[in-house]
Amino acid sequence: MNLGTRKLLDRSFTALGFGSIVIMGLALLVVLAPIASKGIGAIVFQGTIEHRKMLLSEFGRGDAEKISKEEASAKEARQKVFDMLATFDQELEQMDFDRQSKYRNSYEQVKSALRGLYGPLPGDTEPALMRFQYGQTRWDKAEEKLHELLYEQKWDYSNPDVIAKPYDVSRAAEFEGTSLVKLFSYVEENLDRMMLPEWTIYWGFITDSSIDAHFFGGIWPEIQGTIFLAIGAMLFAFPLGVIAAIYFTEYARDGFLTSMLRSANSTLAGVPSIVFGLFGLAFFINTMHVSHSKSVLAGSLTLAIMVLPTIIRAAEEAILAVPKTYKEASLSLGSTKWNTIVTVILPAALPGILTGGVISLGRAAGETAPIIFTAAVSVGTAIGIGDVLSSPTPALSWNIYNLASEHEAAAEIRHVQYGMVLSLVTIVLLLNLSAIILRARISKKLKG
Amino acid sequence: MPMALEATGMKKKSNDSAVLDIYLPPERKKIEGGGKPHVVAKNFSIYYGEFEAVKKVNADILSKYVTAIIGPSGCGKSTFLRAINRMNDLIPNCHTTGALMFDGEDVYGKFTDEVLLRKKIGMVFQKPNPFPKSIFDNIAYGPRLHGVKDRKTLEGIVEQSLRKAALWDEVSDRLDKNALGLSGGQQQRLCVARTLAVEPEILLLDEPTSALDPKATAKIEDLIQELRGSYTIMIVTHNMQQASRVSDYTMFFYEGVLVEHAPTAELFTRPKDKMTEDYITGRFS
Ligand SMILES: Nc1ncnc2c1ncn2[C@@H]1O[C@H](COP(=O)(O)OP(=O)(O)OP(=O)(O)O)[C@@H](O)[C@H]1O
Ligand SMILES: [Mg+2]
Repeated sequence: MNLGTRKLLDRSFTALGFGSIVIMGLALLVVLAPIASKGIGAIVFQGTIEHRKMLLSEFGRGDAEKISKEEASAKEARQKVFDMLATFDQELEQMDFDRQSKYRNSYEQVKSALRGLYGPLPGDTEPALMRFQYGQTRWDKAEEKLHELLYEQKWDYSNPDVIAKPYDVSRAAEFEGTSLVKLFSYVEENLDRMMLPEWTIYWGFITDSSIDAHFFGGIWPEIQGTIFLAIGAMLFAFPLGVIAAIYFTEYARDGFLTSMLRSANSTLAGVPSIVFGLFGLAFFINTMHVSHSKSVLAGSLTLAIMVLPTIIRAAEEAILAVPKTYKEASLSLGSTKWNTIVTVILPAALPGILTGGVISLGRAAGETAPIIFTAAVSVGTAIGIGDVLSSPTPALSWNIYNLASEHEAAAEIRHVQYGMVLSLVTIVLLLNLSAIILRARISKKLKG
Repeated sequence: MPMALEATGMKKKSNDSAVLDIYLPPERKKIEGGGKPHVVAKNFSIYYGEFEAVKKVNADILSKYVTAIIGPSGCGKSTFLRAINRMNDLIPNCHTTGALMFDGEDVYGKFTDEVLLRKKIGMVFQKPNPFPKSIFDNIAYGPRLHGVKDRKTLEGIVEQSLRKAALWDEVSDRLDKNALGLSGGQQQRLCVARTLAVEPEILLLDEPTSALDPKATAKIEDLIQELRGSYTIMIVTHNMQQASRVSDYTMFFYEGVLVEHAPTAELFTRPKDKMTEDYITGRFS
């Protein structure tokens, strides 16, 4: 190959490599950017007076005087709406049955949209669920509710060949000729007076417990549960994994048993995580009875079994990568084998061992399936450190799944879900980052 | 009676070539209290599995003197040297027959503590292998291992060892720096100092200068001269000038067989064996 071709190939390969890194970076950005922007929306948003009211009465936070003033002014603005409703109620009474039934359905929708905005309307019985006791706490959601109020969504079935399409019908047109027609333009024009939006930074999203199944409050129990489970898993898996790796690399003789153990370890690394979850339930809870039912302990043990192969393999590789000459030097100075392992081999292998450990920690924090049957509950309060042996805990991974699929009002609290995803991603990224920094530091110390 | 002493009674060879004269060693002083058999091999063989790498060696290594081991590549020099402090234990299928005695004790005896043995028989390897720790911690590694905890005592040992290894002046102001930052020659002297810090009786050197430049090599050779008389030293080398410069006795191995073992001056000027002569005159290597 001549020099020209070689240089050309060199250059095109460089371009290829650079290009693929750029593509990977972009892909990461495409995934992370929406998570970040929407997740931050759970903390930084325009909160309404309802949000401040809720914080004051449920968490005792906020300036009570200012809030009661705001409440009064919002109430004043809302009062006109309530008056219009009362007027229309009377008007409805006097209509004949046909006209009544024409409006009744849509009128109920109007009221329900207004409840979404303001909370219970005058004359309503006090709702049992807390989510119905307050109006809309977020301005962006309030604007959605306004749209619901202003337009009725109908479906276009006219063309049987295509899937029906929704279209909006103005309620103002629907209620043309009644007293209610003024309500729509009034609410539209005065929404901010009635809701009083204000830019809010709600750190409580990270530090508060949730109220009424994540409708209000924060995700601290989930964050704490995730941390407990991940650290608990590492407490079991890390020492065990490192000891196993030491055994494999320094003590095991090549034989049938060793190769069996090795292949068992490799196989374990490929087992789907749901299998570990079922195993955890069957073994730790039903057979070993480590706890009465789901608990942080059982979940940690299950996660530990899951990450063990990764830790063993990373530690094994790190130990094998330690130059043999270190070991020779130590032994030739009259060191015992164990002493050599502890004072020379492990310190030199530490960066690799730690990397494996932190990657496993991240994995333990993120896995859902192993904890479904062994540790996780959907809604719960933060448990104390003393309860880890017997209490289950909410955890980010499981609650993200739960909010996305099983929660009865998933669409109402998307921001909580994004906030959880962002928290989980942040935790895992921070862990990996700390692994990289730790590794770089130790390597630098070793290299001098 | 050591083989080396027999060799002195040999007849002078008639065809002494001029080439051999350059290998004449400098006058060496007799060492008081030295010359006792320190390591004794009796029909000592070393196997890697079935392969007999060192074959039925009989030799006395004399205390306090420097013994060089020479021979072509693969003849078993390292294998023999590493057998003396049982570094070959690290190789799974390596075993020995015959006897190897150190101070009258069987090195491969059932009740021999190889850890204690290695404390008394230190080794410096071909490639400098300091630990990725500070210079101080490198030297203090052995003493700490054997129970020295007091900082002052450790400092004393570190300084002494570095002085013995002629490295003190170069590193005294950066003992806390990582040893991997030293030059190759300094690293090798550090390894010598590290070995000396455990106060061994025997110093085994396996081609200690093959990875070093001539200047660093000269320093190590000077160092060996310094240490001669305080320790029993065995040095494997490919460099025959080096063997003649630093050693009192020389062992020549060929394909696992100890062909000749004689005072260095004898072996290089009046080799008893044709094979030895061919080797030292460079007819093969
Ligand atoms: N771990 C081992 N397993 C099997 N055979 C080995 C092993 N180490 C060395 N040998 C063999 O034993 C013989 C002697 O090797 P040794 O390393 O002692 O030679 P040497 O004289 O030190 O050579 P060099 O001058 O190249 O260092 C060689 O034939 C070598 O191939
Ligand atoms: Mg060798």
